[in-house]
Amino acid sequence: MSATTINLSGPLLRAFRRFRLDGWTVGAVVVAALVATPLIAVVSIAFAPDDDIWAHLSATVLPLYIEKTLLLMLGVGAGTFVIGTGTAWLVTMCRFPGRWVFNWALLLPLAVPAYVLAFVVTDQLEYAGTLQVWLREIFGWETRQDYWFPEIRSLGGAITVMTLVLYPYVYLLSRAAFLEQSVCVLEVSRTLGKNPWQGFFSVALPLARPAIVVGVTLVLMETLNDLGTVEFFAVPTFTAGIYDVWLNMNSIAGAAQMATVMMIFVLVLIGIERFARSGQRYHHTSSKYSTLPSYRLRGVRAFFATAACTVPVILGFALPAAVLTGYALEFYEETLSADFFVYAANSLSLSAIAAVLAVLIGLFLAYGTRLGGGLVVKAAARFASIGYAVPGAILAIGVMIPLARLDSALDIFSRQAFGIPLGLLLSGTIIAVVYGYLTRFLALSYGTLEASLGKITPSMDGAARTLGCSPGMALRRVHFPLVRGSLLTAGLLVFVDCMKELPLTIILRPFNYETLATFVFQYASDELLEESALGALTIVAAGILPVILLSLTIARSRPGQGAPNAASATETEGMVP
Amino acid sequence: MTRSLLVLLTFIGIGLTGIAFSGIAATPEVNLYSYRQPFLIKPMLDEFTKQTGIKVNVVYAKKGMLEKIKAAGDNSPADAVLTVDIGRLNELKEAGVLQPVSSKILDANIPAHLRHPEGLWFGLTTRARIAFASRDRVRPGELRTYADLADPKFKGRICIRSGKHAYNVALIASIIAHEGAAAAERWLRGVKANLARKPQGNDRAQAKAIYEGVCDVAIANTYYMGKMATNKKKPEQKKWAAAIRVTFLNQQGRGNHVNLSGAAVIRNAKNRANAVKLIEFLSGDFAQRIYASQNFEYPVKASVAIDPLVKSWGQFKADTINLEKIAKLRSTASKLVDKVRFNEGPGS
Repeated sequence: MSATTINLSGPLLRAFRRFRLDGWTVGAVVVAALVATPLIAVVSIAFAPDDDIWAHLSATVLPLYIEKTLLLMLGVGAGTFVIGTGTAWLVTMCRFPGRWVFNWALLLPLAVPAYVLAFVVTDQLEYAGTLQVWLREIFGWETRQDYWFPEIRSLGGAITVMTLVLYPYVYLLSRAAFLEQSVCVLEVSRTLGKNPWQGFFSVALPLARPAIVVGVTLVLMETLNDLGTVEFFAVPTFTAGIYDVWLNMNSIAGAAQMATVMMIFVLVLIGIERFARSGQRYHHTSSKYSTLPSYRLRGVRAFFATAACTVPVILGFALPAAVLTGYALEFYEETLSADFFVYAANSLSLSAIAAVLAVLIGLFLAYGTRLGGGLVVKAAARFASIGYAVPGAILAIGVMIPLARLDSALDIFSRQAFGIPLGLLLSGTIIAVVYGYLTRFLALSYGTLEASLGKITPSMDGAARTLGCSPGMALRRVHFPLVRGSLLTAGLLVFVDCMKELPLTIILRPFNYETLATFVFQYASDELLEESALGALTIVAAGILPVILLSLTIARSRPGQGAPNAASATETEGMVP
Repeated sequence: MTRSLLVLLTFIGIGLTGIAFSGIAATPEVNLYSYRQPFLIKPMLDEFTKQTGIKVNVVYAKKGMLEKIKAAGDNSPADAVLTVDIGRLNELKEAGVLQPVSSKILDANIPAHLRHPEGLWFGLTTRARIAFASRDRVRPGELRTYADLADPKFKGRICIRSGKHAYNVALIASIIAHEGAAAAERWLRGVKANLARKPQGNDRAQAKAIYEGVCDVAIANTYYMGKMATNKKKPEQKKWAAAIRVTFLNQQGRGNHVNLSGAAVIRNAKNRANAVKLIEFLSGDFAQRIYASQNFEYPVKASVAIDPLVKSWGQFKADTINLEKIAKLRSTASKLVDKVRFNEGPGS
């Protein structure tokens, strides 16, 4: 009798244990599903019966949309990769004039909204802009027919502007990766006769691949979902087409179908990249983190290094900031007469709430993936993070539908149970905006934290668990301290992005609720950026502090940094040339 | 760490005030979804509140409002919408989210052809989509009709914003309504062949292009002319306006295409009476004068004088075609823009 009980309880216990282990998995899947609900809502709209837009599109503009979108992605992807990794390597590994300034200054363009830079660039470079006026004066040209100047409102213009504001993602993540690399591998490459360049291309770059891929993926997703910049530069991309089908052909179902196709495209892209490096691992097996070797650059090389770092900062930050300041001095009244400080407080609080929540959820999902929830959690988290690639206004509709359903259910319940109407408790308040931000920006926090956790060798987990830690304790006591820098990075990225966010905020906000971005938008939407320049400048300024903070944490995050011991000190001396 | 947590909690606290505010409803109010920018309508709304004591809550957005009303269903807080372009009004009507309003004041203030027969929507102002012609490079009388824009004599001389912009879609729809889809397609191909550059920028940018000599003719809405000519903050825009002759089209024939800005009451409006009051106010003397003098639109109320500057451009004959007919043809017009690859510009 007792034997059968034991026989029975064995598998039961195992099943229970597995279930307990799966608690994380279940939790992670539930959270991912919650974040992904708006995406699912978008997909479900796509199945609503509607006119077939595809016959019209494929017969007319679809090839054009695809061509322009791919070219834009290619251009921005290549541009941000080259600028991002190039400058990250320079400031991490080389010594040249201005290096310490560039360390953080290279991040500054992150604070500039793309539509602001688009406006400023066009304003300065078009016929009546500063540059062409100078050129005409210098060369004595009289009219437009006297000389050739490239078309500003073009695909090239869009690529340039988006590259300039988006490269900091790649810079940030690849720089963190370079800093976290064990110096041993570089030493080995030097011992084997490779020069610094070869070391970069054959060792450092491939090792930083997961981080760089996260950066470039973020850039490409942002490129895909953009409307403001491509509309300004008159580039007919797939996203521009989505809005056209929605608003001009009155087909929200058609627009949702296009958005769904775009989501599948992104998932396939990510899948291909993952497949290409399947079986490879990128965590470091050595804990020898001595001070990085720095190649001292002199003469022409130093000049080029300085120039390479200066140009993106000037074009992506200094120029728009200076032009905005100029406008702001002239048009500050329009901004100040509005409730400027209320808008600023709204922007800051919304962004801060979203940033904290996004980091918590991102960490939870990234750790859930690591714990061995494996494929299921990974798939759920990855799906939840493609919200970043969905055009904002379409995503807003995806947010609004499930929330409104829930609201009406709550309202009915409350009326029946307590006789109190609740109205739009969720979809009529800033909860809807925060929810939208989470769905949109999960990619930033999850991507950053997954890459960061990926660099911690699994033997750490093994050791912690052997020593009696539960998964939660291991997260708190082992992983958390190790990824602290990345947590802040993720939070600040989400924060800065929320400050700039437009379509979700505009559509989901409650009555009489204005943020800096929406305030700027009411003017910028009519190409009247000057009137709201002070608002735009504040968005930029509010982004600077987090950006500098970001840079400091990354510099400090290098393992072994700040806790010098005798061993690394002696090594350092041998290392510096 | 503790301190940064405190700062964070403060922000969250400030953020939550947004929830608190939206929950309180003490004074009489009306909830407005506006497609028009707050800075344009604020003076009128402020005056409305002053006169009636009714608070106006506004959300401004250019898209997604219909979906928001539909998603919230019976729970929707919106009482009224304020839009530009007949397309938006018709879209709301077709979706069944509007309710009929009968008001003696509205009937008296707004001519019958500028409001829905059953009172589902009301026009508040009209704006004409005209030609801006260079004073130096276009002879008076050289350009008289929309058809002229497709004439080869204007090859390389025309500027326009995106063919997909609501104002251009409505214009193309009006040509389809009058002449049929085939003729409209021929016309659109003709205009495209005459373009000086790829369609881009807003209407104001086209005026600038004429001033700079990029092109000789542009299609634009009347009120931009007024805004440029009186721009104190940006005096360079006065030069753009000075380079332009306002040219109404099809004056011998069906008249110049006009569009409207308007308002409507939402089906589930909780503050229906206040919403009607607001629209009545917007059709009244005070608001109509602001529309006329600050935004240079044509007021719908006949007794309100148009702005002297607008008057100086002369009287014109407006196309009186049923605007809903135009709204229904928007999708066809938009597809036509795709078909002739209008937005890729000349030579494509």
